[in-house]
Amino acid sequence: MSALRLTLTARPPARVDLSPLTAQPLAGRSAAEIAALPLVLGNRRVRLDELFRVTGTPGQVLEIAGGDDRLDRIGAGLAGGSIVVEGDAGAYLGQRMTGGSITVSGHAGPFAATGMKGGEIRVAGNAGDFLAAALPGEHQGMQGGLVLVGGNAGDRAGDRMRRGALLISGSAGDYCASRMVAGTIAVGGRVGRSTGMAMRRGTVLLLSPPEHLPPTFNDCGRFPLTIVALLARAWRGLPGPFGVLPAAGLPVRRFMGDLANDGKGEVLVRD
Amino acid sequence: MPAGDGMILNGVAIDDEFAEAFGMKATRVIITAQNLTWAHHAATTATGFATSVIACGCEAGVERELSPDETPDGRPGVAILLFAMSGKELAKQIERRVGQCILTCPTTAAYAGVAGGEPVALGRNLRFFGDGFQASKQVAGRRYWRVPVMDGEFLVEESTGVVPAVGGGNFLVLAETQPQALAACEAAIAAMRRVPNVIMPFPGGVVRSGSKVGSRYKALSASTNDAFCPTIRGITRSQLSPGIGAVLEIVIDGLTADDVAAAMRAGIQAIVDLGAPQGIHRISAGNYGGKLGKFHFRLREIMAR
Repeated sequence: MSALRLTLTARPPARVDLSPLTAQPLAGRSAAEIAALPLVLGNRRVRLDELFRVTGTPGQVLEIAGGDDRLDRIGAGLAGGSIVVEGDAGAYLGQRMTGGSITVSGHAGPFAATGMKGGEIRVAGNAGDFLAAALPGEHQGMQGGLVLVGGNAGDRAGDRMRRGALLISGSAGDYCASRMVAGTIAVGGRVGRSTGMAMRRGTVLLLSPPEHLPPTFNDCGRFPLTIVALLARAWRGLPGPFGVLPAAGLPVRRFMGDLANDGKGEVLVRD
Repeated sequence: MPAGDGMILNGVAIDDEFAEAFGMKATRVIITAQNLTWAHHAATTATGFATSVIACGCEAGVERELSPDETPDGRPGVAILLFAMSGKELAKQIERRVGQCILTCPTTAAYAGVAGGEPVALGRNLRFFGDGFQASKQVAGRRYWRVPVMDGEFLVEESTGVVPAVGGGNFLVLAETQPQALAACEAAIAAMRRVPNVIMPFPGGVVRSGSKVGSRYKALSASTNDAFCPTIRGITRSQLSPGIGAVLEIVIDGLTADDVAAAMRAGIQAIVDLGAPQGIHRISAGNYGGKLGKFHFRLREIMAR
């Protein structure tokens, strides 16, 4: 399979917006056209080849070598194909993507998967704050697809999330699933304070018990829910703790809330 | 038409006849439960009173048991098939039967068993039983409803696919005595239940009241198939050759014509294996002259394959 490989030649002096790489298909373009693609670096425009060495052939795979946390909007609007980032990614990774896949071997910055509607993002390292969350002023965060974080996530993961699955193998920060509308968030490690604050619907599955939940969540008891078995089977084989959940599911303690905001969300804690 | 000296297998004459079958709409529903016993309770009730579309609304039956690794939730299950003359009628029957027989049955869940096809509601409307406490969940691109019930949650997939199907494949077993005809049908049904994508909707898979089109009573569109009734052979234009004392029929509905043909072949072969020594004289088939049904299954062609 043909792949276009962009190798960062030096750490950029300012943030770079890489959304032009997915704004239009790269397949069929010549190396010269790709090298001349305009990118926004800080407050000025530069040619792509001022930042990257271009090799390979454009096709279904885009490789970004020498990833850096200043490379923003990688995979923004991606509809198909795959992007492989060797190293870190900046903010807004996979923003509003609708299909395809993005893998990051390092860490991802804030607002990864914001507005995502489909496809798959896998981050081997940590993700910043507002993972799969809504941008300020927007009503919905992640709206579909699958996000798998191998490490930890920052604060406000899944804020205003609407649909899809967000799997955090490590720990999540404060206000995980805040204002969540629907969808599924699973956290393998610990969660910070105020998990599920103002959550309306949706599911938060915790493999480790939370130190505390908001007082507006009520304990509904311990059950072997069949839906957990469906989730476990859908995630089977994924790297991390969610890929090895028992196929028959696992008994969970169900807390429902946030009763201050409809109260139809659930926090399921492995029991 | 009797076989004459045509095809005779192990002493059983295969009539030069064909089964006439119709285009139908069908779906499969997968029922899982804590164990097979409860999956069967749900499946048996959901497919009850579903022998014929004439008065039951649909024809339904248990297709087969499913091992835990074949079901969406890893629990033991049972696959049922439902057939109706239209997608609209099938949708109505699915909702009634799932709502009254699966939703109500302890520990069960219900899933779509047909990929593709036109989606019709499985749990889409039943969810309102949850009175606002129901919740939906999308997993791997499929939407499920979780309806709170007294033993936990009833998990049901939003919709199931309806596909074109074939209903009314059949064959008649003509035997010396009633017990011999029944024993032959039992052997046939045991063999046919191993064929995928088919059901035999009548009690035990066997029907004794074969019908013909029309009646001397104006209100009835069908009546007993007197040509095959042994107790009146002396006063009708009987098609029963000497020595035949009982006739039973097996009706088959399948997802495709090939499935129906495969089931017919498996069933007839099981009867032929018993053969004349077990009192089996002939195999025939029911049809309406070939003008009503789109699918014709010629017995000799099926057995010659």
